[in-house]
Amino acid sequence: MLLLIPLLPLVGFLINAFLGRRLPKVVSGGIACLVMVASFVVSLMSALTASRGVDHAIQQTVFSWITSGDFQIPFALRLDPLASVMILVVTGIGSLIHIYSTAYMHEETDSEYARYFSYLNLFAAFMLVLVLGANFPVMFVGWEGVGLCSYLLIGFWFRKKSAADAGKKAFVVNRIGDFGFLLGMLLLFATFSTLDFQEVASKVAMRAPEAGWGVLTIATLLLFLGATGKSAQIPLYVWLPDAMEGPTPVSALIHAATMVTAGVYMIGRNAVLFTHAPYTLAIVAGIGVATALMAGTIGLVQNDIKRVLAYSTVSQLGYMFLAMGVGAYAAGIFHLYTHAFFKALLFLGSGAVIHALAGEQDLRNMGGLKKGLPITYWTFVIGALAIAGIFPLSGFFSKDEILFRTFSSGRTVMWAIGLLTAFLTATYMFRLVFLAFHGERRHDAPPEHPEEEEPAAQAAAGDLHGAHAAAHSSPPAPRTPDPGHARAHVDHGHAAHLHDAPPAMAIVLIVLAIGSIAAGIVGIPHALGGSNEIEAFLAPSFEAHATAPANSEFQIAPPPGEFVALGRVEPHETADTGTELILMAVSLGVAVAGIGLAVYFWLPNRGASERVAQSAAPVYRLLLNKYHVDELYDAAIVQPIKQGSTLLLWKGADAALIDGAVNGVGAAVRGASGSLRRLQTGSIRAYAASLFLGVVLILGWYLMR
Amino acid sequence: MLSTIVFLPLVGAVLVLLLGGRGDRAEREPIVRYAALAVSLVSFASTLWLWMQFNASTAEFQFVEQHEWLPQFGISYHLGVDGISLFLVVLTGFLTPLALLTSWQSVHESVKLFSFFMLVLETAMLGVFVSLDLFLFYIFWDAVLIPMYFLIGIWGYERRIYAAVKFILYTMVGSILMLVAIIGLGYAHASSTGTLSFDLLQLYGTALSRTMETWFFLAFTLAFVIKVPLFPFHTWLPDAHVEAPTAGSVILAGVMLKMGTYGLLRFAFPLFPTAAAEFAPYIAALAVVGIVYGALVAMVQPDMKKLVAYSSVSHLGFVVLGLCAVNVNGVQGAVYQMLNHGVSTGGLFIIVGMLSDRRHTRLISEYGGLKAVMPRLVAAFLLITLSSIALPGMNGFIGEFLILLGAFRWHPKVAAIAATGVILSAVYMLWMFQRVNYGDVTNEENRRLPDLSPREWAIMIPTIATAIAMGIFPGVFLKPMEPAVVRVVDRIHGTLPAAASTRSPGSGLRASDESSTLAPRPAADSPLISTLGSRPSALGPRSSRIGQR
Repeated sequence: MLLLIPLLPLVGFLINAFLGRRLPKVVSGGIACLVMVASFVVSLMSALTASRGVDHAIQQTVFSWITSGDFQIPFALRLDPLASVMILVVTGIGSLIHIYSTAYMHEETDSEYARYFSYLNLFAAFMLVLVLGANFPVMFVGWEGVGLCSYLLIGFWFRKKSAADAGKKAFVVNRIGDFGFLLGMLLLFATFSTLDFQEVASKVAMRAPEAGWGVLTIATLLLFLGATGKSAQIPLYVWLPDAMEGPTPVSALIHAATMVTAGVYMIGRNAVLFTHAPYTLAIVAGIGVATALMAGTIGLVQNDIKRVLAYSTVSQLGYMFLAMGVGAYAAGIFHLYTHAFFKALLFLGSGAVIHALAGEQDLRNMGGLKKGLPITYWTFVIGALAIAGIFPLSGFFSKDEILFRTFSSGRTVMWAIGLLTAFLTATYMFRLVFLAFHGERRHDAPPEHPEEEEPAAQAAAGDLHGAHAAAHSSPPAPRTPDPGHARAHVDHGHAAHLHDAPPAMAIVLIVLAIGSIAAGIVGIPHALGGSNEIEAFLAPSFEAHATAPANSEFQIAPPPGEFVALGRVEPHETADTGTELILMAVSLGVAVAGIGLAVYFWLPNRGASERVAQSAAPVYRLLLNKYHVDELYDAAIVQPIKQGSTLLLWKGADAALIDGAVNGVGAAVRGASGSLRRLQTGSIRAYAASLFLGVVLILGWYLMR
Repeated sequence: MLSTIVFLPLVGAVLVLLLGGRGDRAEREPIVRYAALAVSLVSFASTLWLWMQFNASTAEFQFVEQHEWLPQFGISYHLGVDGISLFLVVLTGFLTPLALLTSWQSVHESVKLFSFFMLVLETAMLGVFVSLDLFLFYIFWDAVLIPMYFLIGIWGYERRIYAAVKFILYTMVGSILMLVAIIGLGYAHASSTGTLSFDLLQLYGTALSRTMETWFFLAFTLAFVIKVPLFPFHTWLPDAHVEAPTAGSVILAGVMLKMGTYGLLRFAFPLFPTAAAEFAPYIAALAVVGIVYGALVAMVQPDMKKLVAYSSVSHLGFVVLGLCAVNVNGVQGAVYQMLNHGVSTGGLFIIVGMLSDRRHTRLISEYGGLKAVMPRLVAAFLLITLSSIALPGMNGFIGEFLILLGAFRWHPKVAAIAATGVILSAVYMLWMFQRVNYGDVTNEENRRLPDLSPREWAIMIPTIATAIAMGIFPGVFLKPMEPAVVRVVDRIHGTLPAAASTRSPGSGLRASDESSTLAPRPAADSPLISTLGSRPSALGPRSSRIGQR
């Protein structure tokens, strides 16, 4: 049954990949949505079965995959509470985004449409393998597989150089992370002779937590390097903002809700292992909070609607890593889950805006969309409130849980930075809301903005309604003027007729908005009279199970019976409920203040923000240019490697040094090669004679000895 | 039976010559082509039959044929396959028909002779992989050079003569030294046992002085690493590849390079285990340098064929690294990677050939935006690219992972450096893929290129299907391979402690390890694991001996 979950989208992929170009859009899109919904249903049933089972898990070994000596890796899937949450997010949110895409991508040709959905289905299949894999190598199949789909989907509009570049950048940066993941796996296998998650956990549980730079610390750091790649953390976050070149639903599904959370999930999957490496955990928390702050500050000044959301995603992922780093695994996963709703909502909302404005992505060219796009506006505001952490929306509970756990673990500096980030989050989100939806309509500005989504300028804009109609589709596609896109044409700032999201998109926005409001129900803390069910539900996933044979040598502290509840940092029994309530009030206050700042700067008067930007121009430019990290990487890593390889290695070592020596020898025997050339007569008899001569010479030489 | 399989292509080659009639007649071209293809397909079927009949549970050589040939010199006609050579035989059978098919559009002069050389080449390559007599092996080894020399020299591109001569000279230098070592080894055997022999199984464990063993090992190894090619002996390869016709490149990369790594595994290491232990770290160091170096140089190549050629240097570095680890994972991964490289690099050369058939240029800058023009060809290109960069689920991953695992158990830091090749391969392959296929069609000549023809489908489908199948069901290949791998690892290790101390000229020590452990052993290097597990500081470099047993 478990195999069915990834298999269904895979079947969808195969159908659309092989037959897609002959199918009408209704069929190819329909199949893609259908397999996702079916996979969701199977996931739901499986999760229910698993939650009732022993160990709260079900496992399925499909076949024996890699066998080499003692290295035996079965292709095995395992569904435990943690995986249940993830597969429901992936198939649930995934289904919604598939449905949304049927409308969003409608302007593509049939074959491009099918190609899009085949990639999207393939992504879902790999993501589900990643989540369900019972051992590291199977997870790695999904891990690199989703990277591939991300590559393909970022570069979906492959004619556009920036899109193709962004896809390649994503893949290569992820490969740097995967290098760490790979070595981490090797080190773990060399240490524990197994790569099964459960077996590793139970073997680790017999050790004492490592005080220093031991093998567990190194292995977990290597794995974390993989996580920084996939989940866009410092130092490997640089690919995610560029990944916004992909279609917006892709940004929502892959680069917000699911794939980028894989790193967080991986740490949760190996909670016992990471708990035994406190140094690593400290680094994870530090990187997480630093990334959260850095991305938040960049998000404050970006002008591309999707890039703001991208930096916001990086920032929120930082929160999740902060949670993991302080050992609050359940809180991290809880935030992952709520974030999937509201960030998907925000991206899809931005997609509806872009759709309505025929490809416009620059906030400076928006404004006043509230009236024309009421559904988009209201759902977007709900998403913004949720991510800002306003009570009682879902984001409030999950973000607050992380901040509280950080505080109660004694990392008050990190808590303070987290709080500052929460403030920034509220500010940049509402800056976006006000710039896009409030104030005057400004979208009559020239569309030739580098960050726009339309591929190259050759879009036959003329036959449509003005330059703005150069929609986000591939140019040679015989484009049927889509009402939603075409009527976005505006005339000298006068509000033209805007079309709100078409039904398939609107329904998805509304469902996600409801989710963004209500998803927090499962994690209402005890301090507010809730029971934090998700924490209790997830708990078995963060513990080692006593299935491994007890090894007396390393057995430490935990007495048999209550087998290490490592994931739980004994929360509410010890913590002061009063403190928790105060902290809650503080973070809520900060969020409100953040929104207030946005109101002050951007709601009525935009002048204020510009004055601030001018008075702190260097800082503003630094943020606008994203701390120049891309340029730094290029100058410090990319160019030296490129130049060094060309001049030093290829033209230096290879051509001059080695070949120089070889040709020197060659020159010495030029006479010989000259006669060889003459031998080449093309006559078979001559060749046969030379063959024979060779044999004779060899034999003769041998016999003479 | 093996003789039939080996010489079937040769017989076919003669047949093709006869069918072609006198001279170079164009109207006979189709007949010649189909005949050659049919011969190669029958040959492939025969290798598959061999696989079907193969007993996967034993490490012994199977289908053994042994006849006296020149008994006064101890030379016999001795053939056999084990789990290692079996798949190289199948690979040869698999790639030859594909290579022949690639030539249908590009080769038009002397098709008869071309087909003849291709089939002769196949026989020679098969002979290399199944010979169990060193003299016989040497004959096949050198016989491979002749048809390849002509294939490059006659049907190659502009600088073909330079490339062909460079290829011959490079390889001959190694070969001649190997011949001397073979003869020397035979005589050393005679002096310790009284009988002259060139039989591989008898020569295993021949008593040698340290000096002799070292020199023999170096002579063999030089011949093999030139063939691989290992950095810094690789500069013949880019030239040979660039100038060779597509079919030649496919066979050269797909099969011939493996003769080098096969030779290391079958001859150099187990015949001279003490010397192998001594030199393996240096060879591994060159392999790791080659992995990184090949990848970096591949990255900046403007010519697609050169790029793929340098990527071969990188990939073959992985294979050699796996061999030098001398444990089950490393060696098994290395053998697997030999097959992978045959499929994926063979596939890449085929794709590049298809492009240059259409445009008559291999320069990356001449292309761009092909995805819009030839979506199917580009899809095939993508899949082969993914196979080459070792995406999990494709064949390359299994090989690289096992090699890295084997290397890691031997020497973690070496494995870590080698693993950077995983990053670099993505850089150079995806960069090429992007420049060729993405973006706008910038060159007008590219706008009307035809997509895959039926003949090209027939080439690409088996290649891609194999790449995927080998990634999902590696057990099909790994299981029959394992007993032989365990045997060879044992052989290299097994003689280590005893032979190193007791071995002296004339001591009469005979190989008795034929009967040594047959059952697959768990963890070749268990002490290493426990060291790593308990002592984190053990991550540092260790003693450079092979295997920590």
